[in-house]
Amino acid sequence: MNLLLASAQVALALAIAPLLNGLIKATKARFQGRAGPSLWQGYADLAKFLSRESVVSVQASWIFRAAPYLYFGALLTTAAMIPMWTAVSPLAGAADAVVLVGLMAVARFALALAALDTGSNFGGMGASREIALATLTELALFLVLFAFAIVAGSTNLTLLVGGDALKVPRLLGFAALAMIAVAETGRIPVDNPDTHLELTMIHEGMLLEYSGRPLGILLWATLVKQMVILSLITTLVAPWGIARGSDPAALAIGLATFLLKLALLGTGLAVVETSFAKLRIFRVPDFLGVAAMLGVFTLISAYLLGGA
Amino acid sequence: MRTLPFALTGLNGALGVVLALWALLSNREADIGQWAVTPFVRIVFRLDPLGAFFLLVISGGAIAASLYAAAYVEHGPRTAGWGSAAFCIFILAMELLVLADSVFAFLLAWELMSLSSYFLVIQHHRSASVRQAGWIYAAMTHFGTAFLLAAFFLLARNANGLDFADFRALKGSLDPLAQSLVFLLAFVGFGTKAGVIPFHVWLPRAHPAAPSHVSALMSGVMIKTGIFGLLRVGLQFTGPGPAWWGWLILLFGLVSAVLGVLYALMEHDLKRLLAFHSIENIGIILIGLGVAFIAFAEARAEIAALALAAALFHVLNHAVFKMLLFMGAGAVQQGAHTRDLERLGGLIKRMPWTAATFLIGAAAISALPPLNGFASEWLTFQGLLGLAAARAEAASGVALALSAGLLGLTGALALACFVKAFGIAFLAQPRSKGAAHASEVSWPMIGAMVLLATLCIGVGLLPNSVMRLLAPVVVSVVGPVSTTNFALGQIRGTDEGVLAPILILGFLLVLSLLPVLLGRLIGGPSRARIAPTWVCGVALEPSMQYSSTALVKPIRIIFRALIRPYREIELHHAIAPYFVSGVRYQAGVVETYERLVYRPVFAAVVGLAKAIRRLQNGSVRTYLAYICAALVVVLLLVTR
Repeated sequence: MNLLLASAQVALALAIAPLLNGLIKATKARFQGRAGPSLWQGYADLAKFLSRESVVSVQASWIFRAAPYLYFGALLTTAAMIPMWTAVSPLAGAADAVVLVGLMAVARFALALAALDTGSNFGGMGASREIALATLTELALFLVLFAFAIVAGSTNLTLLVGGDALKVPRLLGFAALAMIAVAETGRIPVDNPDTHLELTMIHEGMLLEYSGRPLGILLWATLVKQMVILSLITTLVAPWGIARGSDPAALAIGLATFLLKLALLGTGLAVVETSFAKLRIFRVPDFLGVAAMLGVFTLISAYLLGGA
Repeated sequence: MRTLPFALTGLNGALGVVLALWALLSNREADIGQWAVTPFVRIVFRLDPLGAFFLLVISGGAIAASLYAAAYVEHGPRTAGWGSAAFCIFILAMELLVLADSVFAFLLAWELMSLSSYFLVIQHHRSASVRQAGWIYAAMTHFGTAFLLAAFFLLARNANGLDFADFRALKGSLDPLAQSLVFLLAFVGFGTKAGVIPFHVWLPRAHPAAPSHVSALMSGVMIKTGIFGLLRVGLQFTGPGPAWWGWLILLFGLVSAVLGVLYALMEHDLKRLLAFHSIENIGIILIGLGVAFIAFAEARAEIAALALAAALFHVLNHAVFKMLLFMGAGAVQQGAHTRDLERLGGLIKRMPWTAATFLIGAAAISALPPLNGFASEWLTFQGLLGLAAARAEAASGVALALSAGLLGLTGALALACFVKAFGIAFLAQPRSKGAAHASEVSWPMIGAMVLLATLCIGVGLLPNSVMRLLAPVVVSVVGPVSTTNFALGQIRGTDEGVLAPILILGFLLVLSLLPVLLGRLIGGPSRARIAPTWVCGVALEPSMQYSSTALVKPIRIIFRALIRPYREIELHHAIAPYFVSGVRYQAGVVETYERLVYRPVFAAVVGLAKAIRRLQNGSVRTYLAYICAALVVVLLLVTR
């Protein structure tokens, strides 16, 4: 286990995630003909939230107070686990794809319970939609991960890092993972990350009662989650440039290509957000069903074409 | 004085645990004794690794349940001592069952277990629904026993005697038809006890009807005896069968898992919800068993060992967290005087210990790392994927991977269900007076729950401890297989692919505390102010928060093809249809198998009985005519 690399990945995730989100917002603004916030606005927002006083509901229990920390811890553990710019995960043998999904479930569990804790109906709405859509998102994600795991012979993330050849299963896997990424990051067409209206309240509904420092922690963790989901795409289906050795040149190239790929994927997310309208909430299962079917096709093609 | 029986069963449990651990850790088998009542009826007892593992589960469960029951029955109905007597007999019967080594010993213990649990279920017999649950349970368990008798009969026809030793000697020499028939009969018979859909109709009725210490033991331990029986009769006696056995088990496991958790989501009675979750977890165990049977049939011993270990590990884990959850439900019922989720709420402040242990049980059953539920589900995934990876042809490999996907789906659905169960019952504001005046339960009950919660965490962090105990069991069932890498649950024997829960916990703890440091550095000391929840300017009412039905409504809509909910809306009007004076709305779920299988079958049987009843019309002349006709027929037959 490479503790140095794990710490570096955690630090990079914390540092870069707000910038990635700023890039997505800037791209959306350009597409929508606005000037938009600056690329660095995310940092200012986080600093603002972290220094403000928080208001805690009188109905809330210790779960409300503890949930942001558990959410943050679980998502940053996934950031430490997933291979980003090296082909070896920092946690070596212990980095497992099923554990990755399990940790995201831990984060979701904590936040959903905290949403129910204050006794307001917006939290219940967000929690109920989130846990319902999460069932299908996890199904689709598992199917894609298992398609790659069967070919690799293990669910270990180090072994799931793709090779350099481009094959059909990888294209199908990319399509499925792209749809899953839209759902997990809470972007249009699944959810709208910019508003707090009832219509779009899946993730935002669960955060609604938080303010001040806990809100800042939750927002930062959400940005890291977005980065981890995009890293999953780059690692599994687009690993070109990843550092397969440990010499400084390879690491530098790996880091540079990783950041470039993140920027490209972020821009892609922004393009998708501006190109589509948000789906009605009960059309989202159809969307996720298509993602699951793409996962099944990835599986079948991986078997028939012998590898990804 | 009321606690004496439970002290005795607790002691019994402790002895059982010691015996089981000794047998497993030293990898020994022991002939305990035999007794020939007549040359035909022989009672034989033997301790072998498979029996020792189930003895461990049963005895451990007995300890926890006894501790809980000692305090629980103080507040229960003042039933005569038969409730406590039945409890003692129940535990003894289950322990004898796993030690039985002849047909009569097995059936004796089986019937004793069924009868004593019937008496335990109907302890609150003044209620009609409890009595109905009792007779449905008794009927279904004897339905299963009939199949068992048929299976033993078939085995006895081919073997030299009625001892299990004779049956073990049969291995490999049964003709395929008899082999498969024995397997199918055993599957139906033991599946009824285990609660496999569609033989499970007794489970959602019997578990809520029984008092909580009984429900905990039945759900955590008794249904596992079905799994034990399936392994004994379906695998150890009949030997490695064709692969379709495994596919059948896998299919039933998937159906039980998915439907079980979907029906659990739709329930708002806390104990019925937990009963359906038991069905789901039996499905997960069957998924592991199915993979083991398939791998066994294809002589892939390593994968068979892994999948069997996953299934048995889940047997133990499910016993631990299901008992914990049922005990929590019983505590809630005692503290808040209701088990209806729509009337609970806010209990975390009034019953903090119950809430904390229930939370750990809920996290464990939702397969969240690093707890024990995740460890056994992870291992089941490894078994499924290992078998899928080892196959050349696409169809079965894709089927196995899809099964793995569905297993992941059930995990996510279980998480949704326990967000509902814990969130609605314990969080926010109380929805009724009973919940508003709830009080914490007494320390033995809390002690039992804390013990089980500690086990959840301990086994989750140190899964190798249980895997070491499973090694001799797996070797005795599957055959000689390398167990040096066993504890880590690897597939393909690579050095990669381990589960390291302590490492994950370490990262979780450190990274959860990191924001405290970061917040301090960036924002200075943290400040918090307490204020009421804002709901757009009006006063916060308990009716404003989400109810349990509302929380799972999206899932009900998404999965309506599987759940098939019904909805009735009636409009009342006094004068004319234009002026609606009231609306009556009723929604619910009638389980599919009840609608398609049980109700038509019951209706047909009742219709047939009514038709036959016309023969008895009360007229003496008709009866005399029947006697005359019967006499004539008999004379004709005899004088032929």
